[in-house]
Amino acid sequence: MLVLATVVALLPLVLTNNYFYEVAILVALNATVCVGLNLLIGYAGQISLGHAGFFALGGYGSAILAARYGVPVWLAMPLACVVVALIAFVIGRPTLRLKGHTLAMATLGLGIIVAIVITTEDRITGGPDGMAVPPLVLFGWTVMGERIWYWIVTGHLLVAVWLALNLIESPTGRALRALHGSEVAAETSGIDSARYKLQVFMLSAFFAALAGALTAHYAGFITPAKASFMHSVELVIMVVFGGMASTFGAVVGAALLTTLPQLLTVLKDYEMMVFGAVLIATMVFFPQGIVPALGRWWARRRQ
Amino acid sequence: MSLLAVSDLSKAFGGVRAIAELNLQVRRGAVHSIIGPNGAGKTSLLNMLSGVYRPDAGSIRFDGHELAGQPTHRFAAAGIGRTFQNLQVFFNMTALENVMTGRHLRERCSLPAALLRTPKLVRAEAECREAARRLLHLVGLSAYEDTAADAMPYGALKRLEIARALGAEPQLLLLDEPAAGLNATEAREIDALIKRLAAQGVTVILVEHNMRLVMEVSDHVFVLDHGRKLAEGTPDEVGRDPRVIEAYLGAPDTAAPSGAVHA
Repeated sequence: MLVLATVVALLPLVLTNNYFYEVAILVALNATVCVGLNLLIGYAGQISLGHAGFFALGGYGSAILAARYGVPVWLAMPLACVVVALIAFVIGRPTLRLKGHTLAMATLGLGIIVAIVITTEDRITGGPDGMAVPPLVLFGWTVMGERIWYWIVTGHLLVAVWLALNLIESPTGRALRALHGSEVAAETSGIDSARYKLQVFMLSAFFAALAGALTAHYAGFITPAKASFMHSVELVIMVVFGGMASTFGAVVGAALLTTLPQLLTVLKDYEMMVFGAVLIATMVFFPQGIVPALGRWWARRRQ
Repeated sequence: MSLLAVSDLSKAFGGVRAIAELNLQVRRGAVHSIIGPNGAGKTSLLNMLSGVYRPDAGSIRFDGHELAGQPTHRFAAAGIGRTFQNLQVFFNMTALENVMTGRHLRERCSLPAALLRTPKLVRAEAECREAARRLLHLVGLSAYEDTAADAMPYGALKRLEIARALGAEPQLLLLDEPAAGLNATEAREIDALIKRLAAQGVTVILVEHNMRLVMEVSDHVFVLDHGRKLAEGTPDEVGRDPRVIEAYLGAPDTAAPSGAVHA
């Protein structure tokens, strides 16, 4: 945690222009989603293929509340996040009682529905062209510029990481790890598995919506591309690559896989292929993800 | 009054009737054993008593509440703890964390409290850790407190499961072959542990193949065969019952010479 805070604090020293800040902000936003998604994938053992949907719902929800209904942005953002968490509750409540990959299927469906609705309901959402989003105004002062947003976004990331680490070290976190270790033993210890999976699913949807809302108000513009299925898959790959059941793994995975396409702009058309290759390589060489793999390598070297 | 009353309990897997119209009464504070040949339905019965299997028919009344058909975690909440024949340890945790997880029902915690790590939660966690330490001490595993469960020997894991089950402070403890795969010394330690638990007032149901252990610790023995109750009584009564001997050794005229059976 301290390491991450230090990195966040010192990073501006090497961020010499606005473009670098932009990438850093993108990293922090994706990392916030991944920290939540990692709780779901790595601890609750469930996969969501619709987190881009939650991300977009957060962004569009907050944007629509602010632009169409005149709700102040600082209020619109948390409102949108709460609504998204409630949507997650409605989806998760029936599906998480079942065994297997029902949640992955349900969220896949949700992601696609969200993308279609955003694209076709153009009176409210601006359709495929996207919509302009009002800026964040705090105490009569409009928040603008990459530098300020950098601090806001990384601040949110640090809080998200802190919350996630607390959760894992709590009875709730132990219950989730127990489900992973042996679901039958967890249940016979009195752990209501459906309840804990649902809590984590709602929490991860909340984090995704928060990142979505921040993205919309930072960029001042939002398009349906944010809701695409490919974006959901990218987020899952970041978590798996960084390391399942590792909060810092999620942050590292998001950082590496967000900057990678920026470095490989020449390969723009092949971006999804690169992501696919990364996923395959992760599964073959370090199936537990890069951060846990490096951790073990380091521990072995020190012995 | 009996703590647990099972009536007309049935469970079939495909065409195989694992348990058929079974009736049992379990007395509070006593050690009960369930014995029977392989495939008699002992583990199936334990799985139903702990809510892992849902019975096809019949009732499980525990401490005045009907539990049949309820989700598994409700059985635990009602006060039934268990261990497993094939280990179901949380191998992704340390020994202490395993037992702390066992105390799940004794440490309520809301999601906001977990996220914010409230002072109240920190205190509750410290108490939980202390209680878990005491339980590890009780089963003789103090030396393994911070050992990862996947690095512990088999005999220790068997006792770790008992400590975890005790974490919930159950009224009824179901032990599925706690001595299986253990050597004579380790089996004697389990023996002593069960006696200590019984002395503390925990009701125990034991499924076990080790007859010496069964005869030594049990107050009451049920004999199952083909999913039905063949006989029940004190260990002595059951040991003399000709039907029990027949189920174990075959009919006297076909299998063992009669002199050996009645010895």
